[in-house]
Amino acid sequence: MRAPLSWIKEFVDIPASITAEQISDGLIRVGFEVEEIITQGADLTGPLKFGKVLSIEEITEFKKPIRYVGLDCGEGETRYVICGATNFAVGDVVCVAIPGAILPGNFAISARETYGKTSNGMICSGRELGISDDHAGIMTFAEGSVEIGADATAALEINDVIFDIAVNPDRGYALSIRGIAREVAASQGLVFTDPVDALRKLTFENTGKGVTASIVDKDAASVFYLRTLSNFDQSAQTPIWMRRRIEKMGMRSISLVVDVTNYVMLELGQPLHAFDADRINGGLSIKRAGTAQKFTTLDGQERTLDPDDLMVCDDTKPLALAGTMGGLESEITESTSRIAVEAVRFSPVAVAKNSRRHKLSSEASRRLERSVDPSLAQFSSARFVQLLTSLSAAHHVETVVDGEPRYAPVVKVDPSYVASVLGIDITPPEIARHLRSVGCDVNEATFEVDPPSWRSDLLQQADFVEEVARMVGYDKIPSILPPRPLHASLTPTQKRRRAIAAMLAGRGFAEVQTFPFTNQETIDSMGFVGERAATYRLANPMSEEFPLMRVHLVPGLIEVAQRNISRGAKDFAIFEMGSIFRSSQKLPPAISPELGKRPDQSVIDAITASVPPQAYHVAGLLVGKTENSDWQGPARSYTWQDAIAYAQDILQLCNLNWEIKRSDFAPWHPGRCAELIVDGKAVAHAGELHPRIIAAYGLPERSVAFAVGLSALPDTKLVRPFTVGTMPAALQDVALIVDQSVAAGDVQAALRAGGGNLLESITLFDRYDKIGDGKISLAFSLVFRAHDRTLTGAEITEAREAAVAEAEKRTGAVLRTI
Amino acid sequence: MNPSEVSSWIADAVKAFSASTNLDDLKTARLAHVGDKAPISLASRALGSLSPEEKASAGKIIGEAKAEIAKALADATARLEAERDARVLLEEVVDITLPVQRSHRGGLHPISIIKNEVSDFFIEQGFSVEEGPELESGWLNFDALNIPADHPARTMQDTFFIEPLESGMVLRTQTSPVQIRSMLTKQPPIYVISPGRTFRADELDATHSPVFHQVEGLVVDKGITMAHLKGTLDNFARHMFGGEVTTRLRPSFFPFTEPSAEVDIFFNGRWIEWGGCGMVNPKVLATCGIDTDIYSGFAFGMGLERTLMVRHGITDMHDIVEGDLRFTRQFGVGL
Repeated sequence: MRAPLSWIKEFVDIPASITAEQISDGLIRVGFEVEEIITQGADLTGPLKFGKVLSIEEITEFKKPIRYVGLDCGEGETRYVICGATNFAVGDVVCVAIPGAILPGNFAISARETYGKTSNGMICSGRELGISDDHAGIMTFAEGSVEIGADATAALEINDVIFDIAVNPDRGYALSIRGIAREVAASQGLVFTDPVDALRKLTFENTGKGVTASIVDKDAASVFYLRTLSNFDQSAQTPIWMRRRIEKMGMRSISLVVDVTNYVMLELGQPLHAFDADRINGGLSIKRAGTAQKFTTLDGQERTLDPDDLMVCDDTKPLALAGTMGGLESEITESTSRIAVEAVRFSPVAVAKNSRRHKLSSEASRRLERSVDPSLAQFSSARFVQLLTSLSAAHHVETVVDGEPRYAPVVKVDPSYVASVLGIDITPPEIARHLRSVGCDVNEATFEVDPPSWRSDLLQQADFVEEVARMVGYDKIPSILPPRPLHASLTPTQKRRRAIAAMLAGRGFAEVQTFPFTNQETIDSMGFVGERAATYRLANPMSEEFPLMRVHLVPGLIEVAQRNISRGAKDFAIFEMGSIFRSSQKLPPAISPELGKRPDQSVIDAITASVPPQAYHVAGLLVGKTENSDWQGPARSYTWQDAIAYAQDILQLCNLNWEIKRSDFAPWHPGRCAELIVDGKAVAHAGELHPRIIAAYGLPERSVAFAVGLSALPDTKLVRPFTVGTMPAALQDVALIVDQSVAAGDVQAALRAGGGNLLESITLFDRYDKIGDGKISLAFSLVFRAHDRTLTGAEITEAREAAVAEAEKRTGAVLRTI
Repeated sequence: MNPSEVSSWIADAVKAFSASTNLDDLKTARLAHVGDKAPISLASRALGSLSPEEKASAGKIIGEAKAEIAKALADATARLEAERDARVLLEEVVDITLPVQRSHRGGLHPISIIKNEVSDFFIEQGFSVEEGPELESGWLNFDALNIPADHPARTMQDTFFIEPLESGMVLRTQTSPVQIRSMLTKQPPIYVISPGRTFRADELDATHSPVFHQVEGLVVDKGITMAHLKGTLDNFARHMFGGEVTTRLRPSFFPFTEPSAEVDIFFNGRWIEWGGCGMVNPKVLATCGIDTDIYSGFAFGMGLERTLMVRHGITDMHDIVEGDLRFTRQFGVGL
């Protein structure tokens, strides 16, 4: 929202001693963020005059059109200037910078020879004068709207300060000069003159029959003012002061009728819509579109209406998308003579829905969906009549009203509640004073507070607390630490995640965080199928390239790896921790219990259960060498063993036991992927990536990866340690010959199972695959120990033989005789 | 054998030992002066042929002489061994400046680091760290926070919606649904922070990312005032930006707080918008079943990316989201 200081001053007497910065600081203090203070005209010095175009000589021998223009600048003789724009004609009045003038950007104007002529000045665009960003070309004025030869700097009110203010959604009233001026006055302790006060007594005589008005959908609007005027004369022009104010607000002057509706909206905050009354069949009514018909809005766009769209209709058809945009068919044209101007307090929700459904945010809808002062339907339409009848030959025919304004109720405020929320000492009279300064009526005996008509957001005590707070100043609130619990700590899960991240970072992994979006192609190329490929689709993705939620962390790691490789990195390890989104359940329809009281526990449970589980994973990708090659020698490449070892390190860090088995699992190499199983559940996979994926994504050959489902890991149990014995250990080596298809893990598991309680540890110390006949030899060291005695030779032999027997039974292993 | 002769043997031996410059010389000297054919050894062997009286006195002389020579030998040995050891260690000197560290440099993502830092700070203040799902129910993300459907506040946040739209599921636009979950499951006093990933359909540019992180704080207890909010934020700001930093609250609007404020910090010579905060709207407390006659609360929220960028002078969001190792590794593990 823009607000020119010159316009604010119409309603607040601001002493010259208060600077623009002080006004800005004041606005910020009361909750209006001033994003920019635009000082217009500061870098412009005259002379700048209005000149009438007397002659135009088109010079055609150059690449672009050039005009040699004769101007009457009230100087007695014709002034000739060269001009490159063509959007003006003989008879138009333009703004001319006379030699000696300096335009913004330190652009000095002087008489000069150009295009074979002497140019004695410059015809200016709004942009060149620093008063608009409009590229439309030269500013033109109708003859009679400005005085030929007059100082244009003054007439155009170029010297001004414009505040660009961010207005929060709860403060729709501040989308007007009236609202901003009120806040300027309140924040500076100055007197505010409400422009509405002058309109309260304004009435117009009914001189004939105008268009009728009715609210059919009573929920969609509370009050509807419709005023009909006739005898509008087409020649009536927008006065220059009005045009300039509209331009300073960032809008464009269009025609007198439209300009007056916009001017009143900018001044007071109520959007108005003017219809060509002769295009209205019968009366106007506010109702839903009802059917999905076609409708063309003022911007020339044909739209298909939703049956629920709120419309302003005549007896036969819709004429306007209520509060959002008028229709093309009933718009004011050059032949309009009878005008019906509508001012309605629409339901903010109805307008918001109109606007959202048609992706059409207008100056009107922006205000109406933020709630407009219901009293303004009357006053703003009166202001329209007042202005239009004084600026043209139009006169008032009839005013009709349907409905009545509905205001926010009186609220009882407890002064001690105000003090207790803010943590300051403040007396009831002070509270009353502050509430009055924002427009409330306060009964100090009962502390019943009647909010002003423009504050439909002041509904509960807390809302009034904020008003008091911002008037007191947030800087007056002291800084005190709250009472606090004596103890808190991270949860075991949080500690575990931190420890894993710290371990990986300590071992040379760099952590990355990727966007959790993906696409079907990626899912397919990874080889994910079934429930591992099922995910959720975004209704409005950032780009159609990534419309799905990720089902795995490895694809994101691959993307980051590619980026780093393309930037010159060769050997590295990266990891990511985060959620994945497999659609394990169908999303039920939304559950939306009413607000203001706690829903039943069953409803709360249903809501939390409707949110699908989002598993938390950690995954790592290792490419190239395990370390840097240097003078000490070459480094080795990462292999499947590294990936599996890291996955196991993570489980080990969590103090878990696991089983391992080979797995054919995407996106890994079907022969080089390990599955780690904890408590019967597969919790991790690791190994070499599938060669097809490595090729498709241009990764170094034999890149490896691991992924661990952290949310699938059981909690760490309280450790109940065994007593460490001092008895000697007995070391037994066994070499077993097995088929090469037999997994070492299975042999080891069998030895462990067969070895019984006395088997303390087991290590595979040799693997020999040169035996031939499809056989390999696996040599294990078994350590046997009893905590209470030295084992006898017989006991040791028995335990060893039991271990070997189990391996034989499970895997067909044969003890190798050396 | 006269004593002066013995004295000269001692003197000879001591002289020879101390004249030795290495252990080989010493060996030669040792053979000469204490070996089988050394005068003292011969004299010692000759003792057997003496009379008992002579034997007693001569034996004493010889014994003392032997001891003296042995000591000199031991001294010389120690001296030469020390010299040899020193020489050998000197010869074994290596260039310890040679590059030996071959391992990759790892590190945590700076967002993880700052998240840990914020969590640790608030844990010390007695707050728990709560987390919640990223794909979240619209009721928890919006309605329960007093952002009803069709309220302009919903359009303040460009939301990613999940299909089917009837499910009302969204990618959470803020970590505030975690606050609602906390209030629905816990009894006051509640002191929690909720750091986590959030989503808004903003184009990725130098200062925005559609995927970013927030940390929010929530306190619900008896007698909580806006002064407590201010105290908590001041403390937090000083922890994150140093003791010199000052904060400023500005009135603002958030549907879930009333009064609401923006919190700015004065850092490196200018005011910077840091986050939003306010007193928890009684409507929100009531929806969560908290008795507003007994309890009040405050809440605040900051962007972690923003905090990181302001504090470390990072000017381009791309560096934070792209995962370039050269960027991430600079932060180490945040220690």
